[in-house]
Amino acid sequence: MMQHDPTNVVITGAGGQGNVAAAQWLGQALMDEGLGVTVGDTYGLSQRGGSVMSHIRISRKRIYGPIIPQGRAHLILGLEPVETLRVLERFGNPQVVVVTNSRPVYPQAVIAGEFSYPTGDAIQHALKALSSRVYWIPATKLAQELGGAIMANVVMIGALLETGVVPVSENTLLKVLEATLPPHTWDANRRAFRKGVEAVRDSPGAA
Amino acid sequence: MNPITLNSPGSRAFMMGNDAIARGLLEGGVQYCAAYPGNPSSEILERLADAAVDLQIYAEWSVNEKVAIEGAAAASLAGVRSMASMKQNGVNVSSDFITNLALSGVKAGMLLITCDDPGAVSSTNEEDARFIARLADLPMLEPSTPQEAMEMARFGLELSEQLGSLCVLRTVTRLCHSRSAVSLGSLPEKRRVPRFDTSVTWRTFPVAPRHAKMHRNLEQAESLFENSPFNTYEGPEEAELLIFAAGNTYLFCQEALEILDLESRVGLAKLGTVWPLPRRWVLNQMRRSRRILFVEDVDPFVEDGIKALYAQVCSDVGVRFFYGKADGALPGEGETNPDVVMEAVRKIRSLEKPTAEDIYRRGVRERTEELIPPRDLGFCPGCPHRASFWSIKNALKLDSRDGFVSGDIGCYTLSLMPTGFSQSKSVHCMGSGLGVAAGFAKLRGQGFDQPVIAVVGDSTFYHSGIAPLVDAVHHNASCLLILLDNGATAMTGFQPHPGLEKNATGAEARAVDLEALCEAAGASVVVQDPFDMTETRDAIYRLLQQDGGLRVLILRRTCALLQRRLGGFPYRMRVEPSRCLSEECGCNRFCTRVFRCPGLYVDPITGKTSVDDVICVGCGACVEICPQGAIIREARCDDAA
Repeated sequence: MMQHDPTNVVITGAGGQGNVAAAQWLGQALMDEGLGVTVGDTYGLSQRGGSVMSHIRISRKRIYGPIIPQGRAHLILGLEPVETLRVLERFGNPQVVVVTNSRPVYPQAVIAGEFSYPTGDAIQHALKALSSRVYWIPATKLAQELGGAIMANVVMIGALLETGVVPVSENTLLKVLEATLPPHTWDANRRAFRKGVEAVRDSPGAA
Repeated sequence: MNPITLNSPGSRAFMMGNDAIARGLLEGGVQYCAAYPGNPSSEILERLADAAVDLQIYAEWSVNEKVAIEGAAAASLAGVRSMASMKQNGVNVSSDFITNLALSGVKAGMLLITCDDPGAVSSTNEEDARFIARLADLPMLEPSTPQEAMEMARFGLELSEQLGSLCVLRTVTRLCHSRSAVSLGSLPEKRRVPRFDTSVTWRTFPVAPRHAKMHRNLEQAESLFENSPFNTYEGPEEAELLIFAAGNTYLFCQEALEILDLESRVGLAKLGTVWPLPRRWVLNQMRRSRRILFVEDVDPFVEDGIKALYAQVCSDVGVRFFYGKADGALPGEGETNPDVVMEAVRKIRSLEKPTAEDIYRRGVRERTEELIPPRDLGFCPGCPHRASFWSIKNALKLDSRDGFVSGDIGCYTLSLMPTGFSQSKSVHCMGSGLGVAAGFAKLRGQGFDQPVIAVVGDSTFYHSGIAPLVDAVHHNASCLLILLDNGATAMTGFQPHPGLEKNATGAEARAVDLEALCEAAGASVVVQDPFDMTETRDAIYRLLQQDGGLRVLILRRTCALLQRRLGGFPYRMRVEPSRCLSEECGCNRFCTRVFRCPGLYVDPITGKTSVDDVICVGCGACVEICPQGAIIREARCDDAA
């Protein structure tokens, strides 16, 4: 069921959105599925307002390095819409599948009025023109409805699963989540995960 | 179960490079671990400290890297294996001790781990700390994967003990922070009992004979490296091009050749033992091709070494053409990745680059260039530094003598940027803020009349701020030191430091009192909560007006990220729409344009300021900002957890 070997996934967002945790869950689940996986994180000073990016390399052949070569991502999972757009230039290609949270985290320069933040329509329009499929998901809103914006990354992991690009099962992912998260949050996180799955299933999707 | 302490040989764990190093050290029998936090090295000691109680080893966050490696050396001399880990800058800090320890030698295995930061992702400099191996004649290993990092950490301790020499393990950010499956070995069953043999002295002299012994150590290391499994070759016997890939760059080279479909024509020599170079092995690889490309992170260390080696044997080997950083085939700065390797190979072999990718990327640029705002680094919502620099800015303005800030290393280095109102005008290394500020103050006799403020964080002050404090007091340097005490080494992940009442393993520790320390040195000390911004501004202004020597102001407030772990802030913030006058106010969006807290934004529909409830943490500092009093803080009522 692996369409590409290696399969390359970029997870991106702004600091504090749970980007690295999402990449870690996915990496652990892929290892548990018996695949060769490398996860490379770029965070640096990200918690201080910067961009964050993780690369996930999946293969049955061998271990790949922690940096995806230019233009070779198969899936981009964005926790923040402008960050999703930002990684396309280096890692995107006409076949790439994009799943993005629709909720902005405004950069300082936007807050200060020095730059404007694009409208949701403009971002979606650009994403559609530059990829094969786009899923535009209100992950932060869905997570807030379930009790906390922090679960937006779990919604997005559910969405990632439903795209079918990554060779991992729901069961394995949920097991990994439960191994890392405190038991009193399992129920809410499980529901957040399902919300992500449903959001992709019910989305018009294709560009 | 913590995979670091899992004693089940052969089982696989999904590990970060730094976790794997910690695991390798434990498998190698390390019993004394010391470090000062610094990205990308911090997780190594964190993992060891987590395991310390269970495994009955010693682990500490030392006051600085020099003290870390001095303590680790003592453990080695007492017969137990030890390590000190640090980022590249730490090697500079501890280099004086290292060059002397190299002469005296060590007893039990001892490893220096340097985690360099190519591209300076979280550093103030881009430095190749491998220089220390050449400087101090130390054997050095450089891993390519988390698995190899674990094996090299284990082997490095063995090698050190065998040679009686400190050994070096060098990694880079990309490996420290990348995760993959690691097959675990076994943990040692026996622990050693430390004991210092008083019949022996450990010293550097007579220096020349000991220097000669260091060279003999390197020869011995070289002969061991000749057959090391860390050095491998893949590719044809006779190659059109040979790549020497050091450490972390190996997988990038492998993938570059796969993508270019050159695996059967280009050879790849992976070098893991980077100092001393195993000359015989290297020369055997060099015979495979007339063209040789060197790939490594930061400086041309292996490149220079192999070229020097070639200079001695060129008549035997024949003509060779070299490519790498020296001729510009690869960039001399920034991080190595598969693309720069592909680019270099294409250049050498005069291959065309496929154009489809470029067309796509041009399309992306055209569609997104105007759309994407930059995302600059900034203080977190609730960060006490934002309030501190706000008050510093306002006090300097009130003082109006063109005063300025000499900055230091930590989150508050961002005060160079708009998030800290661009107040710091000079930032260099750990602890240098006060040394530089006092230097300006020492020019007073020559007519220098600008007020000077040095800022330093609590952890950085303990690390290397005490010597400049003593110097400034002694020389009556008229300046103001502002200690930004947020109760943590925040930038690197909230590691404890000597000002706190707990240590790396969570055990109780004696806090070294900041006020008492400064007062004992003879400086006057004032303490203030930075969230009270008017009071803070006035305090800074008063201290700037005072004459005389060094004044110290401690701005004390817990780091916002730590505060959130401790139960959060007491307020719920909102903007009263009837009070926010938007464009009519005349404030010109003072709260968002100038204060720039990410928790506030201008609602694109109403044009009024609004609180971003996902971002705002409820610190309440911004109530003082709005001239109309439109920002309201209310007591937080805890609803959902």
